[in-house]
Amino acid sequence: METILLLAHTEADGSLAKSAREALHAARTLNKSLAGSSLVVGLVGENVQAAADSIAACPATKYFGVAGKDFAQSRYASDAAAAEAICKSAQATIVVAPATSRWARVLPGVAQRLGGRADTHVTGVADAGGKPAISRWYYRQRMEATLTRAQRPWFILVDPGSQTACECGAGTAKVETVTVNLPESAKRTTVVGIREPKADAQTIRPDAELLFVTGAGWTKKQADGQTHVPEAEKLIRGFLQVSRASLGSSKSLVDLGGEGQAVLSFLSHLNQIGQTGSTPRHPKGLSTCCHGEEPHTVGWRFINERRAISLDPNCGWARGKADVLYVADAFAVMRKVNELLAAKKS
Amino acid sequence: MSIAYQIIVCGSIVPDPLQTLEPVTGPAGPALKNEMMLPAILDPWASHALYEAANLTKNAPGSKVWLVSLGPKAKLQQVMMTVAQKVPFELVALDGPASGFTEAAEVAAALADAISAIPGLDKSKLLVFGGWESASRGAGATMQMVGERLGITDQFQGVDELKIAADGSLEILERIEGGKHQVSKCAGAPALLGWATGNLPEPKNNPQVGMVNMRTVMPALQKAKPVKLAGEGLSFASVSLPKQLRETKIVKDKSADEIANEIVEWIKK
Ligand SMILES: Cc1cc2nc3c(=O)[nH]c(=O)nc-3n(C[C@H](O)[C@H](O)[C@H](O)COP(=O)(O)OP(=O)(O)OC[C@H]3O[C@@H](n4cnc5c(N)ncnc54)[C@H](O)[C@@H]3O)c2cc1C
Repeated sequence: METILLLAHTEADGSLAKSAREALHAARTLNKSLAGSSLVVGLVGENVQAAADSIAACPATKYFGVAGKDFAQSRYASDAAAAEAICKSAQATIVVAPATSRWARVLPGVAQRLGGRADTHVTGVADAGGKPAISRWYYRQRMEATLTRAQRPWFILVDPGSQTACECGAGTAKVETVTVNLPESAKRTTVVGIREPKADAQTIRPDAELLFVTGAGWTKKQADGQTHVPEAEKLIRGFLQVSRASLGSSKSLVDLGGEGQAVLSFLSHLNQIGQTGSTPRHPKGLSTCCHGEEPHTVGWRFINERRAISLDPNCGWARGKADVLYVADAFAVMRKVNELLAAKKS
Repeated sequence: MSIAYQIIVCGSIVPDPLQTLEPVTGPAGPALKNEMMLPAILDPWASHALYEAANLTKNAPGSKVWLVSLGPKAKLQQVMMTVAQKVPFELVALDGPASGFTEAAEVAAALADAISAIPGLDKSKLLVFGGWESASRGAGATMQMVGERLGITDQFQGVDELKIAADGSLEILERIEGGKHQVSKCAGAPALLGWATGNLPEPKNNPQVGMVNMRTVMPALQKAKPVKLAGEGLSFASVSLPKQLRETKIVKDKSADEIANEIVEWIKK
């Protein structure tokens, strides 16, 4: 009989993130399909009661919590101790958790500690003839596998955005406190802050409807034999302002910065999409001045509708990677797009 | 900075990302079609870890870098021909599969054993580096397990920056959600860092560095310990390529204005 533990951490304000509810949905899917299994919840954070209450109507039979100041921060040593203690108290055989940066850092290590196994970036869970199965991608989203495991506990880290969020309602949950006495050796690290661009300079917007991708073409010589980087910068910024899209980039464009060339000032490696960049999830994506090579487009795996503007009719996008390829000058098109969007706004 | 660090970089090889990859079922489970024929490179995020490690030794005299690599010996040798020209390191090679379908926990066990066997290892000077995810399994799980096996519980993933203060304390920037970085301070070594892209460009090939490295690379390859990865308890039901290609509509003869209208309509839909 499987004991399925949903393991989540609270946010700074004590709430549960959407990704935690998505993981709960996956945990519940397994719970429903595996006969005789039970569902329990484990929470880690400074305070966990509000989070537990917020999902109290879910069919979990027990709630376990590790709480206190030491567990407010996203830190390996304290998170590992907390997760380990909850897994032991719950006697979990399957641990479903959201693949947040906090859990992705620590849970594979906890699996090791408990003699179990861990799978990350899980995009689906299913019943494979009475046994739990998961799906995940290999080789940077190039191929998808379905697999099962004999070892327990099995840690399943569900990719945020891959599941619908569980909509179970609030109530009052009885949380069993699991005491963890942190040794001094677990406090050698302290989280001292978050570094982020100023609000108006933050171009990465995970919740945006649209991913807007810029490629190296924006900095290349154009028909008149000149580069037009300041204009490119103005057009891209302008579009981000009116569309509220999230900004992605090809590697070639972000790398230019490191090579000391004139480059768009607001881009960093964090914007890079692809093989050695990110694989964001957005309903739509618009690529501009980017060639659509495979190491770039593997990062588009979870972008549903895709359009591209490139001068090259034989670019990668033309070969089945986009739904629509506009063979056109992105400067001219985006200038007009910005005008139209601004007019609509006013 | 007065500490002479022992920096161990874990990194293996992956197929060149420009190659088309196709899964096949082999005797030992899933594999890549023509896997041994595919040109390989050092795993990209692990190579950033290697460059960061080498850079650190410049500011911490007496420090040394080891590259611990588990992969098929013959392919490792090919890749080392270029990697060895980048930065100075000593290779510790393990001869076994570098497939993405191998089990992270088993790879971690082999790596941790190899690290523990390095003569003169001193925990108080130890920094274990790796990529935060591989380009093969792409799990971001192996390094944490290596750390657990070595008893290192100051671990960081998605690292873009490491600064070492005069007192040996570490300031580390890790990628978190929404294009932000978490800043942490750690009392000092030992620590484990899974690197993202960092801030360094790829070093230019330096044949002199290559010559010095090759003196240890070849013997390390010759004595590479064979490693069997059984994938115990793990069974793949299927591995398949995505329902590939979209039917791309190529729009060639519309004016910029027409295209802009179409795009705005699409965005607003
Ligand atoms: C190990 C490794 C990892 C990699 N990882 C990544 C990764 O994570 N992400 C990534 O993106 N790449 C990655 N790459 C690089 C990848 O192979 C390509 O080199 C890169 O994506 C090309 O970037 P680009 O399309 O912006 O530039 P280019 O190939 O230079 O293409 C520019 C395009 O802009 C078009 N253009 C120019 N002017 C205009 C205009 N006015 N209007 C419209 N179109 C115009 C051109 O026709 C051309 O198609 C990786 C490569 C390797 C080897």
